[in-house]
Amino acid sequence: MSQLSRRRALGASATALAGLALTGFARTAEPSGPPAAGHGNGEAHSPEGSGHTPAQPKPFDESFKGRRIQGAPSHHGGHHGAGYSVRIDGEELHVMQNADGTWISVINHYETFTSPRAVARAAVVELQGSQLEPLL
Amino acid sequence: MTVRKNQANLTPAEKRRFVDALLELKRSGRYDTFVTTHNAFIMSDTDNGDRVGHRSPSFLPWHRRFLIQFEQALQAVNPDVALPYWDWTVDRSPTSSLWAADFLGGTGRSRDGQVSDGAFAVTAGKWPVSVRVDGRGFLRRALGSGGQQLPTRAEVDSVLAMPTYDTAPWNSASDGFRNHLEGWRGLNLHNRVHVWVGGQMATGVSPNDPVFWLHHAFIDRLWAQWQARHPGSTYLPAAGTPNVVNLNDVMRPWNDVTPADMLDHTRHYTYDTAA
Repeated sequence: MSQLSRRRALGASATALAGLALTGFARTAEPSGPPAAGHGNGEAHSPEGSGHTPAQPKPFDESFKGRRIQGAPSHHGGHHGAGYSVRIDGEELHVMQNADGTWISVINHYETFTSPRAVARAAVVELQGSQLEPLL
Repeated sequence: MTVRKNQANLTPAEKRRFVDALLELKRSGRYDTFVTTHNAFIMSDTDNGDRVGHRSPSFLPWHRRFLIQFEQALQAVNPDVALPYWDWTVDRSPTSSLWAADFLGGTGRSRDGQVSDGAFAVTAGKWPVSVRVDGRGFLRRALGSGGQQLPTRAEVDSVLAMPTYDTAPWNSASDGFRNHLEGWRGLNLHNRVHVWVGGQMATGVSPNDPVFWLHHAFIDRLWAQWQARHPGSTYLPAAGTPNVVNLNDVMRPWNDVTPADMLDHTRHYTYDTAA
């Protein structure tokens, strides 16, 4: 029993590693369920919130202008409870969702985009080939 | 008393003093602490969580306090220096004197966005970009490259006409003066200027570009103008609102200053012309 659980856990980890190579993406290896609440985020619970939680965007994984861009819901809420993680060539891009459902990133922090994929693509253009610094 | 002037009216000596004080703050390491603080707030201020520096009512008093602290740091280098402001409704071209080599330097070259003239060009050796979000250690700009125009005076006036300071839900979805000035909603004033400048100014580490201070000094002046136009209006929310800074709540990171303390800028500085 414990052996089975362990193998299942290992299997899930291996899937996550093969797919996206970080634990924050492990959720994509699980059956779809209600989105995990971002810790400390208070989405949908805050009386001062916008009154709804925008739908979680789907994962993506593609090559764009020679860079690998990936996005997926993150179990642990990502950096500062974003609830969705985006990577460019494996390095995490800090993203944030606005109350109206649009997205920004630390690379384009004053301009809104309709999806995490659009934010990732805009960051690739802005980076002109340079690497993201690891998040502090 | 500190008098903040329109950057377009600075004398060559005033420009030199300002630039030299910036370079000295950079050399001493003080400058980068301001970049770090700003980035920490911009990454942690969220629409449905705690929010202090941005996307919240305290956007204006927070930046007022942040600029006062920065100006005091400049004045510790040279007491004759004051923060100038950039009225981007008037000086709205990459050929404005603001961007000349004797002041902030111009736009970036097309290949990599690198600013290559003036005191802040990496080639001048005195402006390393150390607090950064990517591998590039040089100041970058792309003035107006997105094809967007800077806000016009008519657009500014339409926002100044809004009588209510801020509204629930007190974030980037709010109606009211603060959010329209910040730019998450409506015509978009403050945010659009960051995007127009491009380079680091469009990122979370925007204070890496010295124009950050001139932009925010003008945003601060627009708040003063709004106050003059609406003497019956004041900062909101008054009290009891979770996750946001109410009128008499203290603001991080100082923890000893409230929005109420920041309402009257004339206790700290005045502007060259009446607000």
